[in-house]
Amino acid sequence: MRAVVRSAIALAVLLLLYGLQAGVQAGFTEYAQGIILLAGINIILAVGLNLINGTTGQFSIGHAGFMAVGAYAAAFVGVKLAAPIHGVLGTGSFADAVVFNVALLAGATFAGICGLIVGMPSLRLRGDYLAVVTLGFGEIIRILFNNATFLGSATGYSGDDPSGLPRYTNFFWVFAWVAVIVTLVHNLTFSQTGRSLTAIREDEIAAEAMATPSTRLKVIAFAFSAATAGIAGGLFAHMQAGVRPEDFRFEKSIDMIVMIIVGGLGSISGAILGGIFVAVSLELMRDLQQYRLVLYALLLIVIMIVRPEGLLGTRELHHLLRRKPAAKPAPPAEGA
Amino acid sequence: MRLQRRTLISGLCATALASAIGCKKSATDGAGNGAAEAAEIAIGHYASMTGSTAHFGQDTDRGVRLAIEEANAQGGVLNKKLKLVTLDDRGDSAEAANAVNRLIDVEKVSAVLGEVASSLSLAGGRVAQRRKIPMISPTSTNPKVTEVGDYIFRVCFIDPFQGKVMATFARNNLKLDKVAILKDVKNDYSIGLADAFQKAFTASGGTIVVEQSYSQGDTDFSAQVTAIRGTPAQAVFVPGYYSEVGTIARTADRLGLKVPLLGGDGWDSPDLFKIGGEAINGSYFSDHFAPDVATEKSKAFVANFTKKYGQAPTGLGALGYEAALVLIDAIKRAGKNDPNAIREAIAATKDFDGVTGKITIDAQRNPQKSAVVLKVEGGKAKFETAIAP
Amino acid sequence: MTQFLQQLINGLSLGSIYALIALGYTMVYGILKLINFAHGEVFMVGAYTGFYAAGALGVAGFEARHQSFPLYLALLVLVIAMAAAALLGMAIEFLAYRPVRSAPRLTPLITAIGVSLFLQNAGMLLFSPKPQTYPAILSEVRFELFGVIVTNIKLTIFIVALGLMFGLHLFVKKSWTGRAMRALSFNIDAAKLMGIDTNRVIRATFAIGSGLAAAGGILFGLDQITINPLMGVLTGLKAFVAAVLGGIGSIPGAVLGGLLIGLAEQLTAGYLSPEYRDAITFVILILILLLKPEGLLGIVRVEKV
Repeated sequence: MRAVVRSAIALAVLLLLYGLQAGVQAGFTEYAQGIILLAGINIILAVGLNLINGTTGQFSIGHAGFMAVGAYAAAFVGVKLAAPIHGVLGTGSFADAVVFNVALLAGATFAGICGLIVGMPSLRLRGDYLAVVTLGFGEIIRILFNNATFLGSATGYSGDDPSGLPRYTNFFWVFAWVAVIVTLVHNLTFSQTGRSLTAIREDEIAAEAMATPSTRLKVIAFAFSAATAGIAGGLFAHMQAGVRPEDFRFEKSIDMIVMIIVGGLGSISGAILGGIFVAVSLELMRDLQQYRLVLYALLLIVIMIVRPEGLLGTRELHHLLRRKPAAKPAPPAEGA
Repeated sequence: MRLQRRTLISGLCATALASAIGCKKSATDGAGNGAAEAAEIAIGHYASMTGSTAHFGQDTDRGVRLAIEEANAQGGVLNKKLKLVTLDDRGDSAEAANAVNRLIDVEKVSAVLGEVASSLSLAGGRVAQRRKIPMISPTSTNPKVTEVGDYIFRVCFIDPFQGKVMATFARNNLKLDKVAILKDVKNDYSIGLADAFQKAFTASGGTIVVEQSYSQGDTDFSAQVTAIRGTPAQAVFVPGYYSEVGTIARTADRLGLKVPLLGGDGWDSPDLFKIGGEAINGSYFSDHFAPDVATEKSKAFVANFTKKYGQAPTGLGALGYEAALVLIDAIKRAGKNDPNAIREAIAATKDFDGVTGKITIDAQRNPQKSAVVLKVEGGKAKFETAIAP
Repeated sequence: MTQFLQQLINGLSLGSIYALIALGYTMVYGILKLINFAHGEVFMVGAYTGFYAAGALGVAGFEARHQSFPLYLALLVLVIAMAAAALLGMAIEFLAYRPVRSAPRLTPLITAIGVSLFLQNAGMLLFSPKPQTYPAILSEVRFELFGVIVTNIKLTIFIVALGLMFGLHLFVKKSWTGRAMRALSFNIDAAKLMGIDTNRVIRATFAIGSGLAAAGGILFGLDQITINPLMGVLTGLKAFVAAVLGGIGSIPGAVLGGLLIGLAEQLTAGYLSPEYRDAITFVILILILLLKPEGLLGIVRVEKV
């Protein structure tokens, strides 16, 4: 019975999104639409990164690399598989949708594999060292793409058509994937596995003493997180009609960190709010032109000093709405 | 049930917040609309004003701004003042696309200038093409940029042409057989030029003895120079930007690599001589105009630029100025403030006398103009020869 | 062979600069367990302070007259830059790091990244993003030995770096503050209980580390000819890797790590491909953390529960 209800609700959400899409396209300028789509992509990035940095308490500051892998993989696969899939399914929006989602899944897979490769050696390290290693991997991935001539090196990859990659990304797809990923992450976080991850965050040695296979779980969570970044990358690629290595610099990883910090490390709803915040705030700060980035950095520092738990801490929005004190764990404390 | 509620809440929150922004923008659109149309012609410029290539974007913007101000001082265009809106893209392609969208939706521009980097011109160009707003890139040299569509133009050489220019010069004028290449792999301009040079040079019988590389922003070139020193190269083709080229020249001098350097218009900057010092003397580079045999217009431009900004223009500033001039001229010829008409007029540009030589826009929306080869002597660039397309 | 020796010399001089910066990282991390991401920017500010100080002291005049800048003025420039950097380092510690000292580890890390970004962008606004030519505070003289070209600047870098490091080593070994620093890096709470004014010692640590970075900045400018506001980003990161390679918390380790990273970078650029010169540093980091996480000269610390 539950399955029927769940499917019905899923269908309702999808129909709602479809309807909203028509409304958004009619009611908003392309500029505003671009920001909305970017906000959606940010949500995916934030929620995915939050699983690792927030829920599991590991420091990953090179996630832009996984987004890059997903973007390039999705772009490449989308271009190469377009012809065969159209051959079978004809041209038309259904075939396009299939190509797009196959490409996205390819992006997620490649990114996830990269996540495994990066995670396996690194997640034995703790704290700051892990942070620098992930940073290093992020940079290595970018340097590799920068030198890959078959992927366009510095100019980037935009398929064979001079007008770039097909622009499959639209409101519906972005937010459909947002819904999927938020649901998956939410289910994971509030499941047994999720509790094990939280245990790892709180005290890894104690968790291991309780027979939690911490390294294995960390690596799996890391790979999953990388895969979600890959999806975001694929959506990004098909919005921009092209990908280039410079889009996935360290600054992008910092943006992702700001997203989860602002909302609250460990909170999914916080990550969502943070993702929207980053997409919107930079645009709103345009009037400050030259001082934009200086203010952005100052904001980061001030948040860390004044309210490091961000907006929601580790709480979720629906905990607040319920006014139930039960779901308010203390912020993670490190030993002296 | 909790999960579905969460998803809905998150979705609605996102949409609500986004609507708030969208509505805010729409509101300002409505308010500014009528007034802007009547009194001014809005032109957009998107550039990297912050980030690691900020000085390139700022240079270009200075040239654009000067052209717009001069035009306004002479009464504007079609009896209206020109309004220039420059938006920063942080060197990021998503921001570039955003910037162009914002220029079109919020600032209501009739045309767009930008960008310096070809990959960013591609990002912004795709938006401009889709929304049918003409775009002129001042300095993007990758052939792909104008292939995006018929609304995208440029006023600079494309890589295949400029690479061939220096290859021809090296073969025919300097009679060189063996050349090394030192290119900037972080910069598609440099990669494109290096490729074009290599093709043309080897096609005319020369050999490339070694290809070394560096990344924009590097300051240490001793490894590459040392490696080239060990080859029989008679010259080194360094198609990069002046900041690195100057240091490369000094490093070469310091490490005993005495051969001349060859380069492209990325060298064009007063800082080249400051950084390169005496080490850069005896080298050659291709460019749009020669300061010592310049036309009256070019000389006036250099003087005005220096007076306004306190520094001499780089090649980027000159091209920014040029792009703006071409656009202004096109608006005049179009006769009305309509993007489609402006596009037609740009495409029909013929023998336009700018500061970087006579420009005719060809069918691929690239300019047909001659290049000059300059020799660096005594801390200045001097005219050596001209090479036509 | 000459090519190899040349790359070697170049690598050692670059490595000496990394070593100077690495010392700052290693000292701060040893005590606070914090990667001071902003250290690279202190290096940059030191270089720019030297640039402006030399300008104020009339270096352009000397250059125009083809005279060498007097040595006493050059030393003055160095002192000014080191002092300015020390002040900046202490200010960063007081304003940004002290408030979050007791917070979980991610918070100071993010704060450090924030300070780094802030200084980079402030630098772009204040100093202009254009690369600036470094004034000839030391005039360049070249020697040739066995086909290898060495400049007096490279020698100076090597000597100054070694000298400062040796001085620091003595300071940490013999002086009271130095011993206090070692005590804090061993166990900060015990040190507090023993009556050591931890705040003062930490301030001193930041000041010394920043001063050394500033010296590195000036030497970097002299050797690399141009400086720009983003020069500290990659260099700082590489210096941190050097500190880890040598053994975080170990001063001889930082020196060794710096030299090794410099050599690895030059040899990779010369023999493999310059495109991977930056990547090799990260590869080394990953390898050392996997194989010998305490670093080459570091001590193994067992994590007690």
